[in-house]
Amino acid sequence: MYNVKCDVAIIGGGPAGLAAAIAAREEGAENVLILERDNALGGILQQCIHPGFGLTRFKEELTGPEYYGRFVDRAKELGVNYMLNTMVLQVNHDANEITCTSSQYGLTRVQAGSIVLAMGCREKTRASIMVPGTRPAGLYTAGSAQRLVNRQNIMVGKKVVILGSGDIGMIMARRMTLEGAQVVMVVELMDYLAGLTRNRVQCLDDFNIPLKLAHTITRIEGNERVTGVWVAPVDEKKQPVKELEQFVECDTVLFSVGLMPENELTRKAGIQINPITNGPAVNQYMQTSAPSVFACGNVVHVNDLVDNVSQESTRAGKYAARYAMGKLNKAEKTVACVTGTNVRYLCPQKIDVSAENETVSLWFRVLQPQLGVKLVATCGDEIIAQQKEFRVNPGEMNHIVLETAKLTGDTVTVQVVKED
Amino acid sequence: MLKTDVVVIGAGAVGCAVARELSKYQVDVIVVDKNEDVGGDASKSNSAIIHTGYDATPGTLESQLVVAANPMYDELVRDLDVPFAKVGAILPAITDEQFAKLPEIKEKAFRNHVYDVEYKTAEELLAMEPNLNPAVKGGLYIPRESIIDPFILVQAYAENAYANGVRFLLNTKVTGIRTEDGRVRSVETSGEEIETHWVINCAGLYCDEIAEMVGKAEYKVVARKGQFFILDKNTSCQVNHIVLPIPTKITKGKLMCPTIHGNMLVGPTAEDQDSKVDKSTTAEGLASITADVRNLIPNVNVRDTITQYSGLRPNRNPEGLHFDIWEDLEGYVNLSGVRSTGLTLSVAMGKYVVQQMQYHGAGFVLKENFISRRKGIVKFSECTLEEQEALVSENPLYGNVICRCETVTEAEILDAIHRPLGARSVDAIKRRVRAGMGRCQGGFCGPKVIEILARELGCAPTDINKNNAGSHMVTGTTR
Repeated sequence: MYNVKCDVAIIGGGPAGLAAAIAAREEGAENVLILERDNALGGILQQCIHPGFGLTRFKEELTGPEYYGRFVDRAKELGVNYMLNTMVLQVNHDANEITCTSSQYGLTRVQAGSIVLAMGCREKTRASIMVPGTRPAGLYTAGSAQRLVNRQNIMVGKKVVILGSGDIGMIMARRMTLEGAQVVMVVELMDYLAGLTRNRVQCLDDFNIPLKLAHTITRIEGNERVTGVWVAPVDEKKQPVKELEQFVECDTVLFSVGLMPENELTRKAGIQINPITNGPAVNQYMQTSAPSVFACGNVVHVNDLVDNVSQESTRAGKYAARYAMGKLNKAEKTVACVTGTNVRYLCPQKIDVSAENETVSLWFRVLQPQLGVKLVATCGDEIIAQQKEFRVNPGEMNHIVLETAKLTGDTVTVQVVKED
Repeated sequence: MLKTDVVVIGAGAVGCAVARELSKYQVDVIVVDKNEDVGGDASKSNSAIIHTGYDATPGTLESQLVVAANPMYDELVRDLDVPFAKVGAILPAITDEQFAKLPEIKEKAFRNHVYDVEYKTAEELLAMEPNLNPAVKGGLYIPRESIIDPFILVQAYAENAYANGVRFLLNTKVTGIRTEDGRVRSVETSGEEIETHWVINCAGLYCDEIAEMVGKAEYKVVARKGQFFILDKNTSCQVNHIVLPIPTKITKGKLMCPTIHGNMLVGPTAEDQDSKVDKSTTAEGLASITADVRNLIPNVNVRDTITQYSGLRPNRNPEGLHFDIWEDLEGYVNLSGVRSTGLTLSVAMGKYVVQQMQYHGAGFVLKENFISRRKGIVKFSECTLEEQEALVSENPLYGNVICRCETVTEAEILDAIHRPLGARSVDAIKRRVRAGMGRCQGGFCGPKVIEILARELGCAPTDINKNNAGSHMVTGTTR
C-alpha cells in the first residue's frame, strides 16, 4: 500500500476542488492534495467549450477551459499537489483517511488533517423520470453526449429531440446544430424554462430551435436505434394529453432532466445527507456532520453558475485549512436554517454562531417563478435581513446575507414574499 | 458447408445448458443464434429467480424439471462461478381471502415434492421483512427460492461449453432445416449451411417458426410481456427476501425482491401480445406495477428507479412446457413453452434432453477430459483491500476505474472482451461486468466503453453497437 500524508485532501479536481485547494494553500495549509479520477484537472468544464463562465468572478466572459485554466495556473503556482487517474474508494472520517486506487500507484492510503468533498454531480437519466418505450441506441444524457462531441470528437446523432430545458440541454442544442445535426425541438414538462434565460436566447432562439413548454415525451420508439418519440402537451397535473400526442421522427434523444449531487462516498462514510439537496448538510464553513470533512460545489447542492461554486469552495478550502491547523472558531450554538414560503432548500443548512460576528450568505432556489418579490430572513419574530428582487426563478440561485450577531434564536427562516 | 453431430438452435439459457451437457460427451456441437451475444432474449429480461417449483402444476414436465433443477444450483454455481444467493421467498397474505388460500398453496407445494414450505405468523413475517404491509395476516416461507445473475449463468454455460469444444455461431439466423427420408440432414442459416445428425430447437420465442421449418408447428408462440423496474441500491425501502403475492386465478402477480447485486427489482406485468419484438415499457404497465407492489410493500419508492425493461415470455398456445421427439422425423428435438421457469429448469433440461436423445439411439459416449469448471471475471469491487492491492500490482489496469457507480475497472472490461465468446457490444460489456448497470446508467462510463471497445476490436467508434446490428451508438465524427 502506497501511503501519502497531507494537511488538506480534496476529492475532485473540478472547479470546486481547485478553488478549495487554492484557498487552503492561501490560508496557510502546507500540503494540499487533490485526488482526481479523470486524466486532467478541470472536471466537467473540460467539455464546456462554450463561453459564459466567469462573469461574476472575473467580470469577463470565458469558456470552460479558460475559466478552470486560471485556477489550474494558480494552484500550480501555489504548489498544490494532485494525483490524476485516481479513484477514491472510501473515506474514513474518524481516522481522517482516504483509500484510493490508480494504475500508477496502486492502492493508496491518504492521511489528511481535513478532507474536502468536491465530487460534483451526475445527470438524472431517462429512467429517473420514467419515460416509457423501447431501449434502443441513441439515448444519451446531454452531458455524456457533450463529452463525446467535445472531448472525443464523436457525433452521437443526426436528428435530435432534447427532453428538458436544463442548461446543458440548451447548450447541446446549439452545439449539435453547429456540428450539422438537426435539432427538431426541445421539450420541457414545466411551463417555464429549467435553465438560464440567456441560454434560451443564445442557444435556442438564435438558431430557431422550437421550445415546447408544458410538453413531454410519452414514448420512445425504435428497436436497434431510436426511430422517433411521441410528444404530447401536459395538463395542469403534468399528465400528458393523449389525444394530442404526436410522433416526432429522430435518431437521437438527449435528456437534460436535472442533476444529482454525487454522494456515494459521502453516504458510505456515514455523513449526514440533506434529503432535499441530496448533498451533505453543511454549516457556513461548508463543514459536514463529520467535523474534519468539508464539502463544496455541486456535491452539496446543484449550482446554477460555476462562479458561485468557486465562491463557496473558496470558503470550504479556507475553513478546511483552519481545521487542519486547529484554528477553526469554536461554536457557542448552532442555528438551524428553515425554508419558508417558496424556498426549496437553503445552503448552508445550519449556522455556527461563535463569539466573533460573521457575515453569512444563505443560498437557495425557489420552488416557483415569481415577479416583484422580497427575500426575508426572520429569527423569532424579528426580521434580520431583507432584500428586493425583480424576479425569482427555480433555474437561478438567490441568496440573502445575514450577520451571525443577530441570530438570537435557534432558527432562522427564509421566505420569498410578494412585495406590497 | 460445415459438418457437425448436433446443432442447437438458440443460445439462451436452455440452449447453452443443453450445449454444455452435450459437451460432456464425445460429440461435435454447434450452437446457432441470430443475436450478437449469448442470452440475448428472454434469458436476459426476467425476474432472475431460481424457483423451487412449489407452485407448478403437479405432475407436469415443468414441475418435474424445476423441482429437479433447484437442488442442482449449489454445485452448478460453484463449478461455473455464478453469483447466486438462497435468499428464500415469502408469500404474505394481506386479506382474509388470501389467508384462506394458504393451505391450498402449501398442499400444492407438497404435491410438487417441495416439502420445506412453512407457515409464518404475521409477527414472524414482519420480523423477517420490516417493510412488509403491517396489515399482513400471516403467510408462507419458501426457503430455497433463490436469486441469480441470469446473464452470467448463460455466459457461464456457454463459456464452459466452448472450453469443451462447442462452437458458437452468433449473428447467424436459421433460415431452414433440410430433411430427407424422414430424418434431419442440415440446417440452413444466414451464414453457412450446417450438415448435422441432430437438431435441437431451443429457439424460445421463435420455436414455432423453427418447428414450422420441419412441418411440426402444432402450436403458436404467444409472447407474454413482463415489465419490470430496477431500483437504486440506495433506495430507502428494501426487502431481504423474494416477496411474492398470493396468486389469483388470472395471474401470478407482481413481486419485489433484491437482485444478486443489491438492487431492488419490482414487477412483472403479464400482457399477451402478437409481436415477438415489441419490448417497450408502457406508462400503464409501470403504473400497475407500482400499485400492485404497494399492497405488499407500501413504502416502495419507484422514484428511485434506475432502469425499466420488459421481457417476452415464450408462452405457447396450447399452454405448457413441451418436449417432443417424433417417430417420423429422426434427429429432431423440439422444446416449446419454456417460459418464466426456463432459467431455473435450464440445468435440468440439459440433462433431460441428452437422456431422451440417448433413449432415441443417440449413443453418445462420455469424454474423459471434460472440464467442469469455469472461472468468472474477477470483480474488483467485491475483493478485500488486500486482494485489490494484489490485483493492481499484478495488472495496473485494475487501478483504472471506468464505471464509477459499480466500480468496474478497465482490466475487467478487457477480460470481458478478450475471454472466449467475449463481449462485442456495449450491452455485452454491461451484462458481463456491470459497467453502465448503475444509477447513472452509463452516463459516465458509456463514452469510455465505446472508446475501449473500438480500441480493443480495432474498429471505429461508429462500428460499435449497443447490441445487435443496426444499434450503432454514434454516427460519425465532428466537423
